[in-house]
Order: sequence, then structure tokens, then C-alpha cells
Amino acid sequence: MIAGIDVGSRSIELVCRRDGAVVHTARRPTTFDPRGQIRSLVAGLPLERVTATGYGRTLVAQTLAEDNGPPVETITEIKAYALGVRDLSPEARTVLDIGGQDTKAISLTGDGRVLKFEMNDRCAAGTGKFLEHVANVFQISIEEFGAYALQGDEALTINSMCTVFAETEATSLMAQGHRPENIALGLHASIVKRTMNMLGRVGLTHPVVFAGGVARNPCVVELVSRALGREPVVPDNPDMVGALGAALYGSVQ
Amino acid sequence: MSQSYHEMWEKLNLDLPAHDGLLQVLGKFYGDIYMSQQGRLQGMEYLDFVLSEVHGLRIKELQDAKAQGRKVIGSFCVFVPEEISLAADAVHVGLCSGADAGKEEAEKLVPRNTCALIKSFIGFKMAKLCPFTESCDLIVGETTCDGKKKAYEAFGELVPMLVMEVPQQKRACDRELWKAEVLRYMVEVEKLTGKTITAEKLKAAIKTVNDRRRVLQRLNRLREADPAPISGRDALLINQVGFYDDPVRFTASISTLCDQIEERIKAGQGVAPKGTPRLLLSGCPMAVPNWKLPYVIESSGAVIVGEESCIGTRNTRDLVDESGETLEEMIETIVDRYLKIDCACFTPNTERMDNVAAIARELKADGVVQYTLMFCQPYGHEAIKLGNRLEKESIPSLAIETDYSMEDVEQLKTRVEAFVEMLK
Repeated sequence: MIAGIDVGSRSIELVCRRDGAVVHTARRPTTFDPRGQIRSLVAGLPLERVTATGYGRTLVAQTLAEDNGPPVETITEIKAYALGVRDLSPEARTVLDIGGQDTKAISLTGDGRVLKFEMNDRCAAGTGKFLEHVANVFQISIEEFGAYALQGDEALTINSMCTVFAETEATSLMAQGHRPENIALGLHASIVKRTMNMLGRVGLTHPVVFAGGVARNPCVVELVSRALGREPVVPDNPDMVGALGAALYGSVQ
Repeated sequence: MSQSYHEMWEKLNLDLPAHDGLLQVLGKFYGDIYMSQQGRLQGMEYLDFVLSEVHGLRIKELQDAKAQGRKVIGSFCVFVPEEISLAADAVHVGLCSGADAGKEEAEKLVPRNTCALIKSFIGFKMAKLCPFTESCDLIVGETTCDGKKKAYEAFGELVPMLVMEVPQQKRACDRELWKAEVLRYMVEVEKLTGKTITAEKLKAAIKTVNDRRRVLQRLNRLREADPAPISGRDALLINQVGFYDDPVRFTASISTLCDQIEERIKAGQGVAPKGTPRLLLSGCPMAVPNWKLPYVIESSGAVIVGEESCIGTRNTRDLVDESGETLEEMIETIVDRYLKIDCACFTPNTERMDNVAAIARELKADGVVQYTLMFCQPYGHEAIKLGNRLEKESIPSLAIETDYSMEDVEQLKTRVEAFVEMLK
């Protein structure tokens, strides 16, 4: 069995393949003990090889080495998403990946290789962390926040790119008596605007595959569709794409 | 570094506890980034020694020179003509500006949105951490960007300061301006040192500085070899030390090192296996101990084969024509040589685009990593232009904007590793 593990800031995903097919998947929150979470994810699995990706990729290598586990190779999320998307949608030319702490736009060549990529700087603007932060302010769970924002009928303009200042702006709008749903919609729209700029910089070519945890948010998906003028392809398990790509990498090595 | 320098540092009015702390951090950083490398050249021990003594023995040498009546001139930029300083028997050194030291202090004098390099040289002074700055009889600034230009106004209140006006275009009238500035510098240096610059002395100084450029050119040519015979980190260190060390001693040591590198190339040995992705580092200068990005790159399965930077080819590519015999002729050749520098302060600056592409081809680089300090307008603008130009030439490039802090190291690793994956 060959595994791919994607250690993100919010969750850790595992995809195992055997004889060219996915045979097992699992997912756990990262928590403040990612090492323990990695261990429990792979416990008891007959793994021959592991490929790790995500910001905790080297931690996987360290942890499994300590446990005398299978050999671990590491690849970046950019390569992992390119490989995963290529497998799920061979015709894809652009990948949008919005995760917990990073947003990435990747353009692919016709044969699925990375041509160009863009990644957010050291700031959480436009990432899952941003949504999590503002959902907290609204006292709505992150899972429900997208559906809540879709109840808005007018996306209010949020100018700030900074997560904390965007919250200040939202608070000001609330004080002006605006509908909170419209403020939530505006916050989602600010993420999508930033994302579109990033996609533009890598040279947006259709079809676009939208992956990463934030692709589970129906409001972001809806606003991305409107901005693109057509629907992006959203995989069934958008947050598993990185782990799938890593497993695929391990399978061909 | 031994305790024996404490007295000297105290005389220089350094903040001793803070300075000890800085040296400790620097030593650890150096150990992690440099001493951990596999298969280093023997000749690098000289650089390890020079760097370990950069605030010690080298400062002692400066103090000894001062005791003999020589003057110490410090500068931040490759535009300040060192030949003239040397011809007046002054010692010419680069100043501290590669670390996040005294940042909060610096922000009292310059805006927060100022590049790390400027904040650093002001911070080093205000926090009393740089024995070079404290040893200087004159510090020479230059108008290569608005940030520096304005920062020197504040800095000039703290140190004896002279600012040279570097033109921003390269027309005949700009050359006249620059020549006037070089002559003004000569007068100031003569006044400071009490020495007259003669044709004979200037000729010797031109030769000394050219020799250092020649040995660094030789080093750069040797890096065309695959496998790469020397790491980019070590090559950067050599270029950095070139700004601090005695030029004659430095040239001799690097010449010996180049002999070793030649033997390595003959034996087919390198610091990374043949076929390792080769990258050219291009953009803003990297003063000691600014090794973050080179370290990230070389820990990501790539090797740096060249530095298109003021601490790199921009400092060494052009020699001063040595045929001048009279003072007037030599001033002309100095003026011409310095105006060939393709600093991003010039408009237009198309020669830099040509030079980067040419260096990438010569060194058989697989890609270019553009390094821009945050808030550095000139190189920030050129990063976009250069990115487009390299794309046209099918040379992959990655633009990085960062500063001296460590907060973005993980993001940098992801970007650089992904770039290297693209090249494989």
C-alpha cells in the first residue's frame, strides 16, 4: 500500500492506493499535536512508501523515521495538487487551491505539469483562516458560514485585505445597520476578488479546478463561478486532492 | 570571538551585552548555514576565519591603521569609488546592514515601510552594534534610491557623512554630473586624509581593486562547471567578505581557492551531483548575515551558480581601464567604469535585463530567482519587467519579496521547492 499524507494547518488527510486504486482515505484535525495525529492516521496500515506534502511535510518524514516506519519522500502542495487534479480532471489547465493558511493558483501545461504558480505572502488574507476568523465574529460555525452568506442579496464592499482590519470594517458596517448576511457575503466576495487576481497572474485558462478545504464553502464556489462566468470543477473531496496527488507521486516513483 | 576584544569594543562605544548577543546569534546562524555543508573546499577555512574575526581582528587592523594616521572610510554601495579612497591611503570598508538589528530604534528615524537594509544600517548605529561604523572617519552615502537618500539625512546627524549624487540616467550631461561628483569625492578624501592623490598612487589603487574584481570574475567563470564546484552560499560569502577584508590579502586567498576549484573541476567533483538544478540569484544586495534565501534555495535540492547583485557580478563585471597615465585620464576611466553599473536606480535600465539573461545562459542556469527586499521600489519594479523578459526567453523565474525576518521561512521553502520541482 502506498500512502499520500497532506499535513495542512487545519487538517491532515491520508490517501492510500494499491494496484492503481484508492483503497483507504482518512482525515483528522491537525490540532497542536500533529505528530500524534500523523501517528494515529497511519497506525496499523501496511504502508510500503509514503509521500508527504503540505506545510508539515518534513514532520511526517521525521515522525515515521523515529517510528522505523516506511520511507518518506516530500513534495510541495503545488506539485501534489497538480498531480491530484490531473488524475481527477485530466483536461484541467488551472488549479485554485484555497487551504487553511495558503491560497495557491497554479497553471498547468497540456500534459499536466506545473507551468506557473502564485502563492499568498505571509498574510492570511483570502485564506481559510480568514473565513474561520470572521465566522467566529459572526458566531456561526465555519461549516455553516457559506450557506449563511448566500442568504445575502447585496455583497457589501470590504476594502481591507487584512484579516483583522476586515473585521473592523465588518463591525463598522454592522453599526451602520446593514444586514449581517450582506456583510458576510461581502467578506466572501473580498476573498474571491483576491483569488481572481491571483488566477489572473498565472494566466487563467479553462477548465479551472477548485480544490482545497475552502472549496467546501458554497458561497465561495458560487462567487468564483460568477467571476469566472462558468462553474469551476470542484472535486467530490476537494480537501483530499493534495493527499491524493502525494499518493500518486509515490505510486510512480 | 575572544574576550580580548572587549576593551577595543568598549573604546568604540559598542553596547557590549547587546553586541555579545549579536555575535552569539551570528555564530550559531553561521554554524547552521555554513559549517553543516558537505564537501566544502579547504580554502573556505580562510573565509570562516575572516568571518569569525570580522568584528575582532579586522577591527583591530582598522584601529592599528588609524593609529598610524590612516583614515577609515565606510560605504554601503558599489558606486562609491574605492580606488580614490585607496589612492589617499585610506582603508575602505563596507558597513553592517544584513540583519534585523536595532529595528525599533531605526523606526524612530525612518518610516516603518522602509526596506530592511536601510533600517538595518541605521539600527546597527543606533543600537551601537557595528564596530565598522564606529571606526569610520567618514561614511559615504549615495542617492541610489529615495529611501537611502532620505535616510542619509537622518543618519548624517549621527556620523560624519558625505552623500554622492548618482545620476539616474546615462546621457552625456549625467556623465558630467557623475564626473563632478567623483572629483568632489577626491577633494573630500584628500582633505580628510591630508594626502595628495597622485597619478602613481591612483594607478596602483586601480590595479588593486581591479585585481580583486579579476579574481572574483575568475571564480564566477569556474561556476559554469557542472557539477557545481562551490556552493552559492560560499560564493556569496566570498563576495560579502570582499567588502570587509584587506583587498590584497583577499585577492591572494581567493586566487588560491580558485586553484583548488580548478582541480575539483578537473576531477569532476562538486558540491551537488551533476544535473542538480542550477539557479541564478538576481536582484537586491545581500550584506552579511543575509543568508536566508540562499540557504532556503540550497536546502531545496538546487544549487546557486551566480549572483546578479551588487554583492556579486554587478560589483565585479567591469574593470577600470588601466591604460590611463595622467590623473585626468584615470578619472575619466573611473567615471566610465562606474557608469556601466546597471543598478535599478537608472531609467531606463534595459542593460540589466540583457545582462541577467546573458549571465543565466553563460552559467547554464535552469532558472532565475529574483530577490527583492520588501519596500525596495527600484528592484520591485524591475522584478516585473525582468520576469516578463525571462518568460520571453523561456528562462523560468521565481520572484521573491522578503526581508531579514524569519517569519516567512516556511512559505519561502514551499515556493522555492515548488520552483525546483518545476525545473526537474
